Amino acid sequence: MVSTANQGDRRCATNLIRLLLVTFAVLLTFLHNRALADNSAVDTSSVVSASITPLAPPTSLVVSDHVYDNAERLDLVWVPSIDDKLIASKLIEYRVYRITDSGDGQRIAVLPAGANSFSDENVESGHQYSYYITSVGADSEFPSISSEPIEPEREWLNYHLISLLLICMIIGVAITYFIETARRGKKLFIRRIAGLEAIDDAVGRATEMGRPILFIPGIQDMDDVGTVAGVTILGRVCRVVAEFDTKISVPTSRSLVMTAARETIKTAYQTAGRPDKYSDDMSNYITDEQFGYVAAVNGIMVREKPATCFYMGTFYAESLLLAETGNSVGAIQIAGTSNPMQIPFFVVACDFTLIGEELFAASAYLSSEPKQLGSLKGQDLGKAIALTAITIGVIAATGSSAWHIGWMQDILNALESIFLTR
Amino acid sequence: MKREIPLIITFSVGVLLILSVFIPPTEHWGETFSLFFDIIAVFAFFLGGGNLVRTHISKLSGKKAGWVYSAVTLAAFFFMLAAGLFKIANIGGIGAPVTENGSLFQESFNYVMNPLGATMYALLAFFIASASYRAFRAKNREATILLVAAFIILLGRTPLGVAVTSWIPDSWDIFQIPNMAIWIMNSPNLAGQRAILIGIGLGVASMSLRVILGIERTYLGEDKG
Repeated sequence: MVSTANQGDRRCATNLIRLLLVTFAVLLTFLHNRALADNSAVDTSSVVSASITPLAPPTSLVVSDHVYDNAERLDLVWVPSIDDKLIASKLIEYRVYRITDSGDGQRIAVLPAGANSFSDENVESGHQYSYYITSVGADSEFPSISSEPIEPEREWLNYHLISLLLICMIIGVAITYFIETARRGKKLFIRRIAGLEAIDDAVGRATEMGRPILFIPGIQDMDDVGTVAGVTILGRVCRVVAEFDTKISVPTSRSLVMTAARETIKTAYQTAGRPDKYSDDMSNYITDEQFGYVAAVNGIMVREKPATCFYMGTFYAESLLLAETGNSVGAIQIAGTSNPMQIPFFVVACDFTLIGEELFAASAYLSSEPKQLGSLKGQDLGKAIALTAITIGVIAATGSSAWHIGWMQDILNALESIFLTR
Repeated sequence: MKREIPLIITFSVGVLLILSVFIPPTEHWGETFSLFFDIIAVFAFFLGGGNLVRTHISKLSGKKAGWVYSAVTLAAFFFMLAAGLFKIANIGGIGAPVTENGSLFQESFNYVMNPLGATMYALLAFFIASASYRAFRAKNREATILLVAAFIILLGRTPLGVAVTSWIPDSWDIFQIPNMAIWIMNSPNLAGQRAILIGIGLGVASMSLRVILGIERTYLGEDKG
């Protein structure tokens, strides 16, 4: 009985040990599997996190070549993620990835939520590129399907600007035609410009008063067409100055303008038969600094009290500072600028103001040379084209918006396609 | 040849840059040529600096009128030149740029040049007042229109303009002074400005063509086209 009891106890103990071993094994297996599951989640967390609600990636990604460029740009357009439209959206941003033909993927842009387009301007001809966009949440990123590989193409003519090219050619041909017409001796009517007619009187006044003339050719450099116009007018003014034997001072805010002004004055004095009266001191460099230049020129005005002041060129905030000081010293003032914002200041402070294109016409007007006057007539044809287009455009816009007339809208669209460049 | 070479350069560069606008592979040429201009302008700066020194030394030595200003100009010129060239009291030593905050050059610019420039700019307020006074005197019909328009805009941009005409019902809101001011700025004013801009654009085109074709040569120091 004892032995039977002992055998039963031993069997129980053995079963208990087996049970413990099985339980331990099950526990180990469970822990192992959970560890594997955790590891798996960590491995994929860079793209998809299993612990948060996934974000929908952008769809319908289309990559196209940017038209009429030097193979430097590809345009991407996509439909934003559905999650982007939710009020409490977990989408933070989009990331744009570029895959080159060598297979390398590279993040090239991070865009805010709501974005649906991007232009890659760092591409080259001869290479293929594909792209994918990812929706980015707090700690996860969900990629879209990659686009088809595409190679940027080079175009040799920008057809967006073709209408501009045609208009330029029409005006260019018209100017050349009128120059030739004038050269053949045909008399052209040019309207009187009061500001330019007054130049002789203004120089004469300075001569009679025994005071100098101040000529300011703007504050820009010789790469500015307004400055070039100012310097050409200086040449015409200086010829009168040389004939009247009056003193002229041309303070400049750019070194190159000083050099050009000196050459121009020198030639004008030679043409007037007074080369001995020319001096390099007639034109001096002051400073490139805008208000430093104003302070210096205002100082010259107050000390030397010029009888006549010319302001011809490109001006900014200094226009009124100069013109008011000139007004306060009693100078007769003639101004012209290519900056439309400054024209009102010159109008109120000066005796004569050249408005708009009159500054550029001044040199031709003063020269009275047929070739130069012909160019002014060509310019008038450009004005006629602009005036006609504006009149038709105003009527068409009014008709299409007020009475919804279809053909007027068509005219408006046609004018927009001709005159609006993208 | 002294006359022909500049004309050939002007014509070639002018035509190339016009065409470059319409040909995509050459559209950056304009920027490249601007760089060339900047390089030339840097050399011309030596010419300008030399002229400045020569002019003011001449005034100083001859004790001409205003020679004190010339002394101040020369002192400031050489002070800034030394501070920039030799990097005197430069934060970060000789290797650091002079435009770092705290360097003598930058501090001089920030605390002397900038306030002086701002002072000149501030004078504009007083000049505008005196110029407006002259312009807005109702001497004739045009000046009277100008005066009325200016008065409406001035009033329309102040709280007083809103208060004075706020009683006008919304169906007649165009007669509220702020709306009248907006209309004047957006319609007659903008139309006039655009007309001037079109004229300037055509003037620039015509002038450029005269220069490119060599008809206008005054800027080169030649008298006849």
